[in-house]
Amino acid sequence: MSLALDILTIAAVSAGAFFFLAGTVGLLRFPDTLTRLHALTKADNLGLGLVVLGLLPQAGNLRIALKLICVWLLVLLAGATVSQLIAGAALASGASGQRGNSINAHDRSNEPQP
Amino acid sequence: MTVATALEIVLAVIVLGIAFWTTMVRDTSAAVVGFLAYGLLLALVWVRLGAVDVALTEAAIGGGLAGVLLLGAAARLRGAEISADAERPRTIPSAAAAVLATIVVGALAAAVLSLPDPAPTLAPAAAANAAATGLGNPVTNVLMAFRAMDTMLEKVVLLLALLGVWSLAPDRLWAGGRPGPRHRADPNGVLAFLARVLPPIGIVVGIYILWAGANHPGGAFQGGTIVAAMWLLVIMAGIVDTPPVSARRLRLVLICGPAVFVVVGLAGLAFGAAFLAYPAAYAKPLIVMIEVAMVLTIAATLGLLLAGAPERSAEP
Repeated sequence: MSLALDILTIAAVSAGAFFFLAGTVGLLRFPDTLTRLHALTKADNLGLGLVVLGLLPQAGNLRIALKLICVWLLVLLAGATVSQLIAGAALASGASGQRGNSINAHDRSNEPQP
Repeated sequence: MTVATALEIVLAVIVLGIAFWTTMVRDTSAAVVGFLAYGLLLALVWVRLGAVDVALTEAAIGGGLAGVLLLGAAARLRGAEISADAERPRTIPSAAAAVLATIVVGALAAAVLSLPDPAPTLAPAAAANAAATGLGNPVTNVLMAFRAMDTMLEKVVLLLALLGVWSLAPDRLWAGGRPGPRHRADPNGVLAFLARVLPPIGIVVGIYILWAGANHPGGAFQGGTIVAAMWLLVIMAGIVDTPPVSARRLRLVLICGPAVFVVVGLAGLAFGAAFLAYPAAYAKPLIVMIEVAMVLTIAATLGLLLAGAPERSAEP
């Protein structure tokens, strides 16, 4: 039983670390604010969720397990809200790209913007 | 080398790297974001050092409220920065600043290297007398009993800082303006939603951290900071306005922490051995009472420090 739980922990935490890695690569490589936010939320939601899932069998008692789940839920709430706010601000300022190219210009063509 | 040591070395390298980047980066907003990450990583360093109380404070202040304050300052400076960038830096002031910074760093390094090893400590004495108050957290014992005078004066300093911010108000608003701008947000938007969902949770967490501070890491300052953050969230979402600085209830909340502290201290002088001497039988209830009053004061003071100077008249 304990071995199975340990295997679950290793598998889930590794999968969570993979999502954090993928989210970080996306944050560094994606072209504009909205896609970068998309990459970040994957790390927050799935990455942290899998890490918490993996830590649950090691928590020892129910109180610590519930606290871990609360941490994940609070990060979900904060992450989703902040992503919406940043995306809204990026749309309102028209500067969704790193070099200040607007959403519309970005949608229209793949030409490099000045 | 164990895994924990490797983790600590990586953590230290990242903290130093972010500190260097934060001082070198040109853009003020980027520097603020770097400083926030620095504060959160520093909290992890404190956890690794076993100082969880300090870690909680660093996360709440260094990674939280100070970040809000600095982001606001960066937004206000944006206009001035463009003109400042256009000016060429002058050689003599730059050289003087470099020399001064080098001297300060050298003096700090010399001071650190000349510290006695092992460092002189009162920790065994504090641990040995822990039973005197009935509290299980040695940090709370030091803050609220052994060095209670320092904590009391710290709260007075917070109030003086708030007075300093308020004194930036124009004369006509001195008697009762409202601090900061009136925030407006879409009442059906996501910020208003968060400002309705999160504060009940945050206030419970703040009270829990205050209560847990008796026997575990936590305490009035950490709890008060979380409550202040909840208040600021509701203000920024435009759901409530900042109170006018003349409001009587607000001023009562602002002074209740230091006032309860002074009253308990004087009672110690009248009935006991010395100023702030707690009678052994009532030590824990008295400390908890002071901490509850302090949470209110800390939350209100920190919130108002971030809200800024009065800049609007109280009447809409």
